Amino acid sequence: MDETDRAIINELQIGFPVCDRPYRTIAEQIGTTEEDLISRLEIMLEQRQLTRFGPMFHAERLGGGLSLCAMRIPDSEYEWVTNQVNSFQEVAHNYARDHEFNMWFVLATETRERIDEVLKLIEAATGYRVYNMPKQQEFFVGLKFEV
Amino acid sequence: MVLSEQDRRLIAEIQEGLPLTSHPYLEIGSRIGASEEDVIERIGRLQASGIIKRMGIVVRHHELGYTANAMVVWDVPDERLDDIGMRLGNQDCVTLCYQRPRRLPDWPYNLFCMIHGQNKERVLHTIDALVDSQKLGDIPHKVLFSGRRFKQRGARYV
Repeated sequence: MDETDRAIINELQIGFPVCDRPYRTIAEQIGTTEEDLISRLEIMLEQRQLTRFGPMFHAERLGGGLSLCAMRIPDSEYEWVTNQVNSFQEVAHNYARDHEFNMWFVLATETRERIDEVLKLIEAATGYRVYNMPKQQEFFVGLKFEV
Repeated sequence: MVLSEQDRRLIAEIQEGLPLTSHPYLEIGSRIGASEEDVIERIGRLQASGIIKRMGIVVRHHELGYTANAMVVWDVPDERLDDIGMRLGNQDCVTLCYQRPRRLPDWPYNLFCMIHGQNKERVLHTIDALVDSQKLGDIPHKVLFSGRRFKQRGARYV
């Protein structure tokens, strides 16, 4: 990763223009060409340094549901339960964490009501309680990952 | 804001990402039967109404060398929550800061923040410095490092 890549990552975490030639606008800001910017973005997406490139939606304002959920799973059952949980398409990502509450996943659903339904389905499929911890308030956070 | 059918078609088209071509909004328009100007206008309205929080990238922090990611959870007295939440959210090292419900008696923590770093030692050091500088010594907290990541995809909305 060189200076230009770093500039792209830092710049595009702040925003991406909505105009007829957005890549050219950004390219001019960081001192490269439109073609170069596009090909670097292709590579970064291919190498999976970026997970997404585009709009970040406010799920709740779209009528959707979004929540962080946690479970306490014995080690011997962990893999089996993970497979069950991840089989739900509403599970967006799932991390193991080193705590008694050792499974943490994000549920993203098309409707708000669907969150509770999916929670109950996961509990039924696994036999373990799902702790639902939806966001109640977000505190301001500035630029994410400076590289 | 009430979404029209055309808004939904647009969201469906862009939720997986923008085309990497010199006129991305023209390209999207051609897929949903709209002009470039119309796409630009609609996206502008979706941004103004807060349905689109921002346009840009989400980095895969692990691949950028931020291999340690800690979720730090705090049991903050309700009357101090706003103050402490704001102060933590304003720290450069904090990438997300949310109030979430306690689930008593099993889970007493009501403030969650994410801290990423190159390794665990650095992240722990950052957290110690944060407790010091923000005078949080009396607030019980736990640090949950992530182990394996099993699934990571963007959410789909329509």
